[in-house]
Amino acid sequence: MDLKTLTYLVVFGTFAMYFIIAWLARANSTSEFYVAGGNIHPVLNGMATGADWMSAASFISMAGLIAFLGYGGSVFLMGWTGGYVLLAMLLAPYLRKHGKFTVPEFIGDRFYSKTARVVAVVCLIIASLTYIIGQMKGVGVAFSRFLEVDFALGLGIGMFVVWVYAVLGGMKGITYTQIAQYCVLIFAYTVPAVFISLQLTGNPIPQIGLGSKMIDGSDLYLLDKLDLIVTDLGFKEYTTAKLGSTLNMFAYTMSLMIGTAGLPHVIMRFFTVPSVKDARSSAGWALVFIALLYTVAPAVGAMARLNLHATIQPAGGDNLVYEQRPDWFKNWEKTGLLKFEDKNGDGKIQYVADKSNNEMVKVDRDIMVLANPEIAKLPNWVIALVAAGGLAAALSTAAGLLLAISSSISHDLMKGVLMPNISEKTELLSSRIVMTFAILVSGYLGLNPPGFAAGTVALAFGLAASSIFPALMMGIFSKKVTSTAAIAGMLAGLGVTLLYVFQHHGIMFIKGTEFMMGMDKHWFFGIDTKAFGSVGALVNFAVAFLVTKISRPIPAEIVALVENLRIPSGAGSATRH
Amino acid sequence: MSRNNATAYWRANLKLMTFCLIIWFVVSFVFGILLVDQLNMFKLGGYKLGFWFAQQGSIYTFVVLIFFYAGMMNRLDRKYGVNE
Repeated sequence: MDLKTLTYLVVFGTFAMYFIIAWLARANSTSEFYVAGGNIHPVLNGMATGADWMSAASFISMAGLIAFLGYGGSVFLMGWTGGYVLLAMLLAPYLRKHGKFTVPEFIGDRFYSKTARVVAVVCLIIASLTYIIGQMKGVGVAFSRFLEVDFALGLGIGMFVVWVYAVLGGMKGITYTQIAQYCVLIFAYTVPAVFISLQLTGNPIPQIGLGSKMIDGSDLYLLDKLDLIVTDLGFKEYTTAKLGSTLNMFAYTMSLMIGTAGLPHVIMRFFTVPSVKDARSSAGWALVFIALLYTVAPAVGAMARLNLHATIQPAGGDNLVYEQRPDWFKNWEKTGLLKFEDKNGDGKIQYVADKSNNEMVKVDRDIMVLANPEIAKLPNWVIALVAAGGLAAALSTAAGLLLAISSSISHDLMKGVLMPNISEKTELLSSRIVMTFAILVSGYLGLNPPGFAAGTVALAFGLAASSIFPALMMGIFSKKVTSTAAIAGMLAGLGVTLLYVFQHHGIMFIKGTEFMMGMDKHWFFGIDTKAFGSVGALVNFAVAFLVTKISRPIPAEIVALVENLRIPSGAGSATRH
Repeated sequence: MSRNNATAYWRANLKLMTFCLIIWFVVSFVFGILLVDQLNMFKLGGYKLGFWFAQQGSIYTFVVLIFFYAGMMNRLDRKYGVNE
């Protein structure tokens, strides 16, 4: 069977599975729609959280980023896992105890203010929408490359699939499809990694293979060989190349960690387990399932980089003749993600760090995972699996985000603030309509991404880190922070972060509206725009602290609410009121 | 549950949390970023040690840390009678 037919079979086979699950797990009440009825087993919730969390960025982009950044790519590995430690200790158990449906609802209750709730909704929507654009783009890329359909058509099919199971099943349907999607994506990620690790080091476990010797007779450790190859070509040494300064790496990691802990679509997953105790252990299980991919990713990155150089500069020092390039090279050239320019006219490919001599003028990072099985000459079914895995990763995350957006609009804005008297049935219908609308908006944004879409996911972390995380943490750990202080803090944190980002990338990412005003790029201690969330969070804490000093003390019943949050007993399942 | 009991339970929780967060900080920010060059002078198989902490070791520690915290909290819950 040829690759294309096989890929169609595998991809549409998984879609059929998602539809069947969605039909079996459709939601009939708001409790099922928002929190899956509140009785998901902690291990299953951990698995669903894994899929919810691991997006197209984790599956497709991360190993590629690591392949080209080397040690500098560690910020993603530590940042996107370390956040779960914060979530397990600082947020999930207490928010679960509070027992409401949404994150803005907690902020509204704790800060006794509808304004605070609305501000939280705004922060949530900005963070979730920026995040979802990346998923939609991932769906489009996977379709256009593997199924050779038009980008827009691929995106449309993806939107339709999500629409069916998310609108029908709400959190309940999403939970069970995410469990299936986790299985698909982890299998699809691990199989090629095991094959490649075996080929290069003889060890089937990629985490160990990465620290082993090559079996090519050179008796060199894989990482030492990689260091040798890349430095020979003038690139930075793989195992020590930093991402900016040490301070930048520190701020970047911190920003991703607290952003992870503050992302509402992840927090919401912990409302679906039966108890506070389960919320804690479920965070542990989530990280186990995430770590299965995250500890393999550095091996995938390093080995893909090694294979890429080995293809272009085979042993013996003679470079690959362009006319003899392998099929995968031609396939990716067609997508424009790989580009060769014969600068010295010798018909051979020179891939070096020096820009004036480098002939590989474009090597898109995303192709490292997607082309990896082809570069390593793995069988066709493995390639088909990678396509299905990438789609599972993008769709599962998109569904979680769509639920976070639709619940914050229908439950927090409509039921909570604008129309408190609507019935449960009307609320359920309106969440479905809002979700449909949200799918259309995100599809449109996926097709017409504002400015630099690649950076949008990283930006969502900065926004969550600077606005939502500090508000939640102060709400639980302080009995003093007042409503005015929390609102001022959120707006200040969000404000400085957006300001710094817009200053570098343009207002609303519109090219030409950057306003550097003579300042150097990354003028704030060399900190990257994507790492700035940690600075925004500090501003948020500081402003809230100062405003608390000058505002009226919080009411006694809110002090009681905070004290009650801290005691696990009597949680019950998440409720409507 | 009495007020004193609740305060004692919360204090014990904060103490455990602080301990866990120190380890969280040390394995990632200290070993993986601040002291990476110094640790890289040692090797673990083919891995430079600092590099290993940044790309492998910190993640394993995070997993263990959450289960350790969850287990210890279950004991605390029972001790103070706040378990469900």
